[in-house]
Amino acid sequence: MNIGTAVFAQETVLAPASGTFSLIWLLIALPALGAAVLLLGGRRTNAWGHLLGVLMPVASFVVAAFLFAAMLSQPAAERGAIQHLYDWQIVGAFKVPFSLQLDQLSMVFVLLITFVGSLIHIYAIGYMAHDPGRRKFFGYLNLFVAAMLLLVLADNYLLLYVGWEGVGLASFLLIGWYQYKDSAAVAAKKAFIINRVGDFGLSLAIMFMFATFGGVTFETVNSSIGSASEGTATWIGLLLLLAACGKSAQFPLQAWLFDAMEGPTPVSALIHAATMVTAGVYLIVRSNAIFDAAPTARLLVLIVGCISLIWGAIIGCAKDDLKKALAGSTMSQIGYMIVAAGLGPVGYVFAIFHLLTHGFFKAGLFLGAGSVMHANNDKINMRHLGALRAVMMITFVTFGICTLAIMGIPPFAGFFSKDDIIKAAFSQSPVAGVVTLIGAGITGFYMTRIFLMTFLGKARWEDDQHPHESPAVMWIPMVVLAIGATIGGVLMYPSHWLETWLEPAVPYQAYTQVLPEWLWIIITVGTALIGISWAVALYRREVPVTPPAGSLLTRAAREELYGNEINETLTMLPGQVLTRSSVFFDNRVVDGFVNAMAAVVGGVSGALRTVQNGFARSYALTMLGGAVALVALLVLVRL
Amino acid sequence: MTPNYYIVLSALLFTIGAVGVLVRRNAIVLFMCVELMLNATNLALVTFARVHGNLSGQVMAFFVMVVAAAEVVVGLAIIVTIFRSRRSASVDEASLLKY
Repeated sequence: MNIGTAVFAQETVLAPASGTFSLIWLLIALPALGAAVLLLGGRRTNAWGHLLGVLMPVASFVVAAFLFAAMLSQPAAERGAIQHLYDWQIVGAFKVPFSLQLDQLSMVFVLLITFVGSLIHIYAIGYMAHDPGRRKFFGYLNLFVAAMLLLVLADNYLLLYVGWEGVGLASFLLIGWYQYKDSAAVAAKKAFIINRVGDFGLSLAIMFMFATFGGVTFETVNSSIGSASEGTATWIGLLLLLAACGKSAQFPLQAWLFDAMEGPTPVSALIHAATMVTAGVYLIVRSNAIFDAAPTARLLVLIVGCISLIWGAIIGCAKDDLKKALAGSTMSQIGYMIVAAGLGPVGYVFAIFHLLTHGFFKAGLFLGAGSVMHANNDKINMRHLGALRAVMMITFVTFGICTLAIMGIPPFAGFFSKDDIIKAAFSQSPVAGVVTLIGAGITGFYMTRIFLMTFLGKARWEDDQHPHESPAVMWIPMVVLAIGATIGGVLMYPSHWLETWLEPAVPYQAYTQVLPEWLWIIITVGTALIGISWAVALYRREVPVTPPAGSLLTRAAREELYGNEINETLTMLPGQVLTRSSVFFDNRVVDGFVNAMAAVVGGVSGALRTVQNGFARSYALTMLGGAVALVALLVLVRL
Repeated sequence: MTPNYYIVLSALLFTIGAVGVLVRRNAIVLFMCVELMLNATNLALVTFARVHGNLSGQVMAFFVMVVAAAEVVVGLAIIVTIFRSRRSASVDEASLLKY
């Protein structure tokens, strides 16, 4: 297997921010201000809180659009700026500035986060309309947007870590939104703790960077990577991979994503589909110089991506909970992005491309799921849905478009991005190529299964379900996202616009096309169609309301491939053994020793006190004996 | 007249007095034995005074006699008081100060 050799693109010269670029700080400041006002203002802001909460990301998007236009007007080598806000950390030789770096890569992310974020904020006005804590919800959402923007705009790893932690905090607060539900509170804790394992990797990587390069800005690391030994670079790369696994729910840190669906659906759409879980991909692509210097780490990135791809897809095939099946799909699609990032310069651009298209169609799918939940009295078990097409036509159409996009059917967006990843994978390693292709087939299967069980077939509704279409404030964002999922690929692909745009910031190397283009289309679309037809054959007729027993793999997939059990055995059990043995040691050995000493003293004193027997004559005998002994001693000494 | 005989006699008297203190139960007899021991030491002191030609021994004997007299007064007073409340002069029965 040959991983691509390094091709360093022409470096962008990032000038200090001036003119329009001096507005970069507004991108983060606006949502942060919104969060501060809504969270600190309290109940007084309840009446208009949601409007302010929507206004902030929209304003951020407007600023981002201005900055994008300013970037387009510059020549390719000078697109971008670094805005130095202040000297943040100065500890001896360790200097970290609070600077925001806007280059082509971060611009793409900023546009995605603000645009999709704004749409989801608008959707949340309708979705959370009956929730008395809606104002606080928007406060948390704005906090998330601010932290995520800080993550992608930071110009050094330490500031990125601040944004990293911030999104982790927002994720915790929002997953546990329904605090009174035990399952939600536990899910929030679980997400935070598993993320912490990844954060540990990122903080160690930052320490390594400081020890090796003397600084942690992207510029310092990228320029001094040659001075590090391959071993050091490999360690840094592996730790960054650990961080990415934690945040992006890749194997082995994937267990939290499925429980994270306890949060309200706008949260699942924004955080756990479009943006936060893609932060790991951003980290790896941003650190491409480190992975270029450490082929072993890059190979491991590829392996982790392949495993997660299949793992998530298998789980998504067996879950009856609509959101959990979509969560499995998210894990699988991010696996695609990680595979692309693990292919080297051949694949970085396609990872970002898939990230963008995924942001659109996955958010669309989750908003559709929220619409279905909203209409069906918050029921999420697909075995109690069905035949929603007639009642919720708009949701049906948008969900259908996004489903076609994720399965990779032309001309929708997913086809172009996924196709590129498969072709690039085959050009580097046949194993990776086969895995991505199989993943495409399984994607077709589980998405068709979801679609059939939810919208078609017979109605398996329960008595309290009266499905109806969602209000306009909810379906308008879904329509916009569906439009994006339709035209996104066609807009970006044929002109290879994204490659040329990103090239100065992210190296790009064209992959060798092993087969002609038309054959590729037949292979990829054909694999997806095989998956689709299998699902149609299984789920077209009766869908049983009680889940059937299923094969061994089905039962394992329902238990998330025993991911939780593995985690418990590997990590929780040794911890419990350690604590219990410590308690045992403390009680028996330490306390026992102290108690034994007290017992010895007590025993000896109990024996000695019998000397005091109250008889005067025995005391006299003692005195006589002592006197005799003394005299004998004196005599002996004299002699 | 060698002083040996006097020293041996003193030792014998002292031993008899000591054994008497250990063995006898009656408090008054106990006191008589204590007196016996004191007189034995007096005899030893006077003998050594004669041996050294020094009168210090005889002076010490006077001191011992005074102390013995005072002690007897106090001791007999205590015994009489105990006898009044307990109706018994046995030393063994006054054994409340024990563990």
